[in-house]
Amino acid sequence: MRATGRRWSEDVVKGVLALFALVSVATTVAIVVALLLPAVDFFSQVSLREFFTTTDWAPLFSPARFGVLPLVAGTLLITVVACLVAIPFGLGAAIYLSEYARPRTRRILKPALEVLAGIPTVVYGYFALTFVTPQLQALGVPVGIFNALAAALVMGIMIIPTIASLSEDAMTAVPQALRDGAYGLGSNKLQVSLRIVVPAAVSGIIASFVLGISRAVGETMIVLLAAGGMPNLTFNPLEQVQTMTAFIAAVGAGDAPHGTVAYNTIFAVGLTLFVMTFAMNLVSIRLVRKYREIYE
Amino acid sequence: MSTLATSTALRQPRKRSRVLGWAFLAYLLLSLAVGFTTLGALLVDVLQRGLPFLDRILIFEVPSVDPNIAGARPAILGTIYLMGIVFALSVPLGVGTALYLEEYANRDRWYNRLLEVNIQNLAAVPSIIYGILGLAFIVRGPIGLGFVLLSGGLILTLLVLPVVIIAAREAIRAVPSSIREGGLALGATQWQVIWRSVLPAALPGMATGTILALSRAIGETAPLLLIGGLTYVAFNPTLLGPFTALPIQIYNWTAQPQEQFRLLAAGAIILLLALLLTMNALAIWLRNRYQKRW
Repeated sequence: MRATGRRWSEDVVKGVLALFALVSVATTVAIVVALLLPAVDFFSQVSLREFFTTTDWAPLFSPARFGVLPLVAGTLLITVVACLVAIPFGLGAAIYLSEYARPRTRRILKPALEVLAGIPTVVYGYFALTFVTPQLQALGVPVGIFNALAAALVMGIMIIPTIASLSEDAMTAVPQALRDGAYGLGSNKLQVSLRIVVPAAVSGIIASFVLGISRAVGETMIVLLAAGGMPNLTFNPLEQVQTMTAFIAAVGAGDAPHGTVAYNTIFAVGLTLFVMTFAMNLVSIRLVRKYREIYE
Repeated sequence: MSTLATSTALRQPRKRSRVLGWAFLAYLLLSLAVGFTTLGALLVDVLQRGLPFLDRILIFEVPSVDPNIAGARPAILGTIYLMGIVFALSVPLGVGTALYLEEYANRDRWYNRLLEVNIQNLAAVPSIIYGILGLAFIVRGPIGLGFVLLSGGLILTLLVLPVVIIAAREAIRAVPSSIREGGLALGATQWQVIWRSVLPAALPGMATGTILALSRAIGETAPLLLIGGLTYVAFNPTLLGPFTALPIQIYNWTAQPQEQFRLLAAGAIILLLALLLTMNALAIWLRNRYQKRW
């Protein structure tokens, strides 16, 4: 009798824990529903064709125009410039930490680098607006108070630790025997790093790039503060742009009346953003799993 | 094969490869320096500008249109309350989920694998999307709490939950299976083993991960903008009343055109960074003090 009583309570515990686990499933479902329902409403009034092919974004004006391309272009511009900073320096930092640094140095440098990832994005936004832009102007770069360049540069720095940390994990997982074999054949450290370790860890490294890109696409506060508030179909980083995230924040924090088409644009743009980052996250998760399977 | 490799290695001019090696090392060091230099510039800039404004007015007064008497008290209290809510909710939910995944779930079942991928993906969903979720489900919609502090706390909880789960799982995984087997061999049930052996052993790791997750929640701004954090609050926040938080106050002051408000923002940033630094130091101290090596 006592044994069955215990087993019953064990099942209750397991059930409660499984219920807790369901919260995160419910979160995903809720996100999809929260985005999809108003977006369906939105697309019943604005055609998909207008949304994805026209180039004028002015949802709060009358007559309102709903071409999302300027926001997508703004997001891409910022993302590309940020990655031009984050990818070479992130990978360089990872190679140093994994192949060159002594264990003691690595133990100090790695957490120190991660401090960069822990600084709140609103602080980076402040820094881009009040420090980086004036410095650019002092250097003679023709930028206004709001510009894509300062926001993107600071975002690139912010993403360095994401890329460095994940790439370093992948490189550390490469078996020592591969390095020893290459050294035995007369390679030097540079050759071992670039021709053995990096290719062997490539799926993890690409995963880190994808995750970095996904963070850049989804980042809000830096662009909201430093890149300006004007939708602008341009690929010139010296101009001001509005990204998808900045648009959502600007309209969501303002007072577009609930239930109007203008209000529903938040959800249409949010859905576009979610689909883009979701696809990238899945690719990254899959790639990480691949290198784990190979070496661990 | 090996003679071929040797002969190409010999044909390469020695000096050139050494110069290349130095150039490469210089590039690697530059990569690290870029990050640290920026961090240094940021800290110096913020300290230089903000320190004179980090005074009693900033900490104890309410926001105002006059920068000389404007303070951040409601924002500071808002952030403290939000932390309380996030901590109280995310720890049981996060640890519970981690225990389910590590101790109970059968990895071969598709739904458990889906659960794992789902959590990894949630950890990388842009924070502004959580703001939209909050707007649609918690502020309005089925839960309908309105633009209040509790809504903000719930959203931040969902936002950091994946991070707490991932950290807790790692801590649980680090407990060797011999601990569990010992307990089971003595006749304990699975839950008794978890409650009396696994959890105490995993506690330091979990505490560290949770504190780091909380420090992410502290700095989060974008989702709170969507659920009403930008309102003008000149009184102490309550659970079901309008609210603001420190990062929102920083955003608000930075977005003002007057230089005076930006200096106030710098002062508030020092407060925020000091809070984060304290929490990180606590996390590192806990890890070093209590973590066991098996």
